[in-house]
Parts: sequence; structure tokens; C-alpha cells
Amino acid sequence: MRRSLSVLLFFTIGLLAFPADTQAAAGRGAVSSEVMESLKSSRVADRDTAISLLGQDRSPLAGQLLEGLRRGRLFIDRDRDRLYLENDGYVLLWPPDGEDNHGEPVNLKKVGTNNRQRQTLEGLLSLSALNDPLAENRRKASAALIGSSIALPEEIINLLAAEDDRTVRDNLVRILALSSLKDSSASAAEKLAALDELSRLYTPAAQNDLTGLAASGDPVLSPAARKVLAFMEARAQHLALAETFFFGASLGSVLVLAAIGLAITFGVMGVINMAHGEMVMLGAYTVWFMQTLIPEYPGLALILSLPTAFLVSGAVGGIIELSVIKPLYQRPLETLLATFGISLILQQAVRKLISPMNVAVVTPTFMSGQWAVTPNFSLTQGRVIIILFCLAVFLAVYLVLQKTRLGLEVRAVTQNRSMARALGIQAPRADTLTFALGSGVAGLAGVAVSQLTNVGPNLGQDYIVDSFMVVVFGGVGNLWGTLSGGLIIGLCNKFLEPVNGAMLARITIMAGIIIFIQRRPKGLFPPRGRVAAV
Amino acid sequence: MKAVDRSDKIFTAVMAAAALVVTVCCLGFSEPLISPSAVSLLGKYLSYAILALSIDLVWGYMGILSLGHGAFFALGGYAFGMYLMRQIGSRGVYGNAALPDFMVFIGWDRLPWYWLGSDNFFIALAAVILAPGLLALVFGWTAFRARVSGVYFSIMSQALTYALMLAFFLNSLGFGGNNGFTDFKSILGFDIRAGSTAVALFLVTALVLYSAVLLTRRLVGSRLGLVMVALRDNEERVRFAGYKVERVKVAVYTFSAVLAGLGGALYVPQAGIINPSLFAPVFSIEMVACVALGGRGTLYGAILGAFLVSYVKSRLSSDFPDLWPFFLGALFVLVTVFGSGGALNLLNPGKLCRKLFFRRTHGPESN
Repeated sequence: MRRSLSVLLFFTIGLLAFPADTQAAAGRGAVSSEVMESLKSSRVADRDTAISLLGQDRSPLAGQLLEGLRRGRLFIDRDRDRLYLENDGYVLLWPPDGEDNHGEPVNLKKVGTNNRQRQTLEGLLSLSALNDPLAENRRKASAALIGSSIALPEEIINLLAAEDDRTVRDNLVRILALSSLKDSSASAAEKLAALDELSRLYTPAAQNDLTGLAASGDPVLSPAARKVLAFMEARAQHLALAETFFFGASLGSVLVLAAIGLAITFGVMGVINMAHGEMVMLGAYTVWFMQTLIPEYPGLALILSLPTAFLVSGAVGGIIELSVIKPLYQRPLETLLATFGISLILQQAVRKLISPMNVAVVTPTFMSGQWAVTPNFSLTQGRVIIILFCLAVFLAVYLVLQKTRLGLEVRAVTQNRSMARALGIQAPRADTLTFALGSGVAGLAGVAVSQLTNVGPNLGQDYIVDSFMVVVFGGVGNLWGTLSGGLIIGLCNKFLEPVNGAMLARITIMAGIIIFIQRRPKGLFPPRGRVAAV
Repeated sequence: MKAVDRSDKIFTAVMAAAALVVTVCCLGFSEPLISPSAVSLLGKYLSYAILALSIDLVWGYMGILSLGHGAFFALGGYAFGMYLMRQIGSRGVYGNAALPDFMVFIGWDRLPWYWLGSDNFFIALAAVILAPGLLALVFGWTAFRARVSGVYFSIMSQALTYALMLAFFLNSLGFGGNNGFTDFKSILGFDIRAGSTAVALFLVTALVLYSAVLLTRRLVGSRLGLVMVALRDNEERVRFAGYKVERVKVAVYTFSAVLAGLGGALYVPQAGIINPSLFAPVFSIEMVACVALGGRGTLYGAILGAFLVSYVKSRLSSDFPDLWPFFLGALFVLVTVFGSGGALNLLNPGKLCRKLFFRRTHGPESN
């Protein structure tokens, strides 16, 4: 039902923020005597009239009066027809040229409002705030208007056309659609058009409106709403699928990151490094260390920890290779045990030197934000960055192995050690560098992991079994296998989770890989040709 | 061969003396010289020794490094733990005669099917043998037939025990979740806390270990043992010689798993608790370290290693809890870098010196 033909919009920009007396001089329209009379009256209906008249007035004064009414700060001097706004003392609002401006107001009475009137006032003020230059204020105002029963002016269409903020636009569309749906005078075609508008929003709120309509029993609207809802349901399922896919890819890329280093040391060199998880842990602790060093800029510290973590983990890896692994080549099982011992020592060293508890790593703002693709579908920026980071690291490792001198030497030594040495390649040096590279990449993984989970001495243990599974599943000695293996495991995990819970999903994956390896011992991409004979 | 006979004699003598001393010292005096809890501790070490023995059998003689043998130990333990849980009966916190406490706690109203018959000692004993045995049979058969070997097998076995650990953490599996089984009251009607029960359990464990040693020594001395060692050293050649390598591997692996399961079953009543931590890969690797320390492929070395490591662990982890991981880690590194003779090298100083001072460094295998 429309209570007034149209409510004009007025320009009271910043009214909420500035004290009334600075505004007072900005220009005052004439408040008609009709308004004055209505405000003076003690009858509720008369005050309705006053509010409705003020609502049509676009002058700043009318805005001030409405605001004063809404906040219960408007006072009237009935004897002398004066209006005062209470704001740390009384400011004369009307008449504009009142001669005793500074005189002490006497015999004041507060202009009271009831609940319904306050809601109307709220709506009117929100309508005026739609012109606010700050998008934030417009968002608030448009959101406040949604539930309001205030009559809408035609100008709102123009406002909608001029609006560039997405949230405000969505809200306005919803307001308009809802109002014509409620409007008893609107035709069925108009209502269907409104329903169509509503369905195009894809916001959860619009979906709620439609659910209400579907249940309303209206002969035309209810089936139409149901149809639209079914469509939206399907779309929501697609979005849920996309979301699961995203989470799977994100988990997968963490697995890939943790496993790339292992793919180099285990896959390419054939060395089992049980301390690999601790290289990841060292990377994560590097982030913590850098952030303690420069606590003011956690984001900068995170970026600086990338090269640092690579160097720290790489150096530790190099030392391990030189001291323990070199004497144990040809005896892979012993290497496994020795590196396990090193992993115990490293863990305990972190416990003793730093703390047995988890340390606090700050997630900088660019990692924690949300990236809204559609209103019901948003991605965590951090996860998006980690997926991209994983691809970048993979590409870098791939290029190092394919395009650099070191990569050439590593591949030569792997394929035929004696021949490589005969051609003058220093195999021991290549071994050390490769191992350091693999460990350094594990350190990079640690930097990424520090943004997702708790950083503590046991962090490496959580990744070691999974990393080995990824490498073995993908096919030893094949970087592409590691990439696809990790992503497949991550995706399967996230798709299984809703079916049987996180823990059971992990167990299922684990059992699945064990069975897969029994069927195809060489993994997804078995090495071929000469390399296969190694 | 003479040396072998001598070590058998020494072992028999040591076991008999231990059994005698423990029995007399614990029960022979009004004020026991060895407390029942100390006897249980020794019994625990013996059950670890059984596990180490089973690992040495497959690792030392067949070259199969299982990083998941703790899983068989734990399965045997859980199988026997079920029996002990049922023995509590109405003496539990909730006083429910039919259901163990943890099931009442998670709101179950009856026993799941796999708990049927768990109150019968002989069925429990059968489960102790069957649960690890069947798992090893299936896992070993599929793995060895697919020729998963070397480090791949190690990683797979580690994944197996890791997956089982995750599974046993679930409350819904019906094995007590995180807390596992504990608060046992009696075994075969005897009070489980009594000194005499502790001594009896110790003696049974010692007897099982003794028979297991005799059995495995006969096994490795037999023609089958020769095939085992041969396939450890060159599997392809054995296969070409016409032996069914997979069958040998599966059979010995399964036997070893059953042995580990028996060790686990004996461990539970003496430790008084079993929980999923026994499935943790770290536990299995620790036991492998015991074998490596004692000297793989010697059987007696495994027992010695298990005893030494467990003893040092319980001393260090009570007196210097911070140092134990450093010690264990250093142990791993030293034992492996200084060769595979293990602690038994100490009995042969000349060999040890050669190992220490003339150790050769190898490059990766050339081909």
C-alpha cells in the first residue's frame, strides 16, 4: 500500500556526521505552517502528516528535522512556534530568521514519536542516505531499506542506474522487486518481472525471498518461484562443486609443494630422506623468525622468508647430504634410518631451542582476504595465492632441471653415473647440489604451509607420509607425476570428505593408494626407457 | 656352526636364569626384591624383543624393511585387549556387564559384530593370530606379487600403519578411539594386579620369546632360510633359479607378523593399556632401530637391541626426557653410518675397529 504518492529525496549529505549548528547556516527551506501546526498538535495522526510532508521536502532543514525526530532530539516551543534541535544545548532550527536566536528557550516540549513513526523516519533517512558519496554509507542505507515498509520514490530507478557499487545495486534491485511483489495494485506480469529480477540476483537473501514466495500459495507466483528456486538450486550445486574443486586444488597444491622437494631427492636421486618433513618445518619456522625480526610488516617478512627459507633448508639439506647420506649411497634402507634419526634430532632441537609449543605466525592481510567471485561464492585469497605459488615453484624446479647446467648434470648422473663421470661431471658435487635444491624447495613449502596450519615441532611429521605417497603415487622420478598425483589426491580427499568425514576420507585415500601401488608399482607415470632400468 | 650352538646355550641359560631370578625375587620373599611392576616392565621389554625378532627375520634375512611391523604388534594387542576389556564385566565405571565403558560412553547399546566371542579366551587367542596374520597375508601377497620391493615396500608398510593409526583414532570404529583399552581387572580369572599374575605373565612371555627364537633359528638354518638369504642378496637370480620368490616372501612375512601379534598380545596385559600410538610409524621405526643397533640378521642381536634401547629409553625418558630423542636420533645415525654389525660387534673388537677406521665410502650404484 502506498501511503503517499511520492516521497521526494532531499540532500542532507553528511547530516549524521556534522553537528547541526554548522549545518544551520547552510540554507534553510521554508517549513510550511502546515508542518508547524501538525508538529504542534498532540495527535499521532497529525504527526504522521508532518512526517509525510517533511519527507516530501528536499530541503536540508527538513532533513535535520527528520533526523531530530528520529533521535528524539526535536523540541517545540508551542507558544512561539519555534523548533529546536537538542545538541549540547538547544539550537534554533525554525524560523530561520528568529531574532532571539541566542535567547534561552523556554517552555520546550519534546516532539515524541511512536515505534511505527520511527520506522518510517528510519526509512526516509535511509532513502536520503542513498545519495551519500561514500559507498559504505550507501550499502548500509540500502540494506536498511530492505525490510522497511517505506514507500519508494520513482527516483530510485535513476539512482539504480547511476549506482556503481555492486552490493548497493543488488540491494536496490531487491527492494524494488520486493515492493512490486507486495504491491496489490501491480499486475501479474509486473510481479513476474519482479520475480525474474529477484532470481537474477543469486544472493542467499533473494533466495530466501523466493522460498517465501513459493510457500505463499499465490496461484501465479508460487509455481514461478518454485521453478526459479529449482534453477537456483542447480546453480548452487554447481557452485558447491566449484568450491569443493577449489578446496581440493588448494589441498593438492600444498601436497605438491611438500612433495616436489621429495620428488627431487627421492625421485631423481633415489635417496630416501625421512628428514624431509623437518625441512618443511624449518621453512615454516623461518617465517616465524622473520616475523619476529620485523614485527611491523608481517607481509614483508613473509615475502622475505621465501629466499631465506630456501637458503636455510637448502643449507641444512646440503650438510645432511655431505655428512650422513654420502657414506650411505648404495644402501637406501640405511639412509632411511639415518635420516629418520636426523629428523628426530631436528625436531627435538626445535623443541629445546625455540619451544615445544606451536609458535604464532601472522597471516598478512593479502593472504587472509576473501575474493568474491559471485555473492555466494568467494575464494580465500591465501589459498588462491598458494595454488599459484605451487605452480610457480613447480615451473621453476622444472626449468632448473631442464634448462640449467645443474639440471643437465643431475639428469646425466641419474641416468648413467659412470658415463656422466667419464664425461667430466663431478657426480658428488651434483649430488650435494641436488639434495640441497630438494631441501630448499621443501623450505619453500614450509613458508606456504605456515599460512595454513599451526607451526610446531611436529609439523614435518604431518607431511612426510603424505609426501611419500604423492611421489610414489605419481611415479618416482617424474615431476609431472608428482604434480598430477598431488592434485588428484587433494581433489579426491575434498570430494570424499562430505561423504564420510575428514578422517575417514584420509584413511580411504591412504588405502586407495596402497591398493593402487600394488596394482601399478611404478605409479601413475612409470619411468620408461633407460631410466626405468635404474 | 659351533659358535651358533654356543650362543644357543648362552641364550637358554640366560632365559632360564632370568625366569628363576624373577620368580624367586618377586614371590620368594615377604618383601619382594623385584616389585611386580618391575617384573611387568621386564615382561614388556620381552614383548618388544619378540617384535624386534620378527622384524629381524624379514629385514635381516630377506632384506624386507617393514616400517609398519608395529601395526601387527598393535593388532595382536588390540585382539587380546578386547578379551581383557570383556573380562572387566560389571566392574567398569558404568557397571555395564555387557558393554565396555567406552561403548557406553559413546552411547552404543550393544556390541558390534566383530566383538562377538571376544569374552572367550581361545577365540581371543585365535584373533591374536588371525588378525595380524590375515592382514600380512593380504598386504604381503598383493605387494610381493606386484614386485613392490625395497624402499617402496618400506613406504607402503609405513602408509599401512599410518592409515591404521588414523582409523583406530576414530571412536566409531569401536576400539576406544584415542584412549584405547585400559583399566583391565583380570585375566583368566586371576587379578591382573597381583604379583603372581605379573610373574606368570613374565614367564609366559619369556617362554614365547624362547620358543620363537628356537623356531626362527631353525627356520633360518633350514633350506627355506637359505632361499631367504639368497633372495635378500639377489632376488632376480633366485627367481631365475626357479624358486617362487613371492611365496617364500609372503609365508615368512606372515609368520613374522603373527609373531609380532603374539608379542603385542603379551604386551597389553603387562603394560595395562593399549592405544593407537602403537600404530604410529615412529614406534615401528624405533623397533627397526633396535634391530639395527643389535645387528640385523643375527636374531640374538635384535633381542639385545630391543632390551638395550627400551632400558635406555625408560631411564632417559624418566631422568632426562629432553635428551631421549637426541640420543635415539644419534643412535640411528651412528649405527647406520658405522655399518650393519650392530651391538654384537662389541663382542668382536677386531671387526669393530675395522668398521670404524677403514670404512669405505661408496658412491650411488653405478650401472
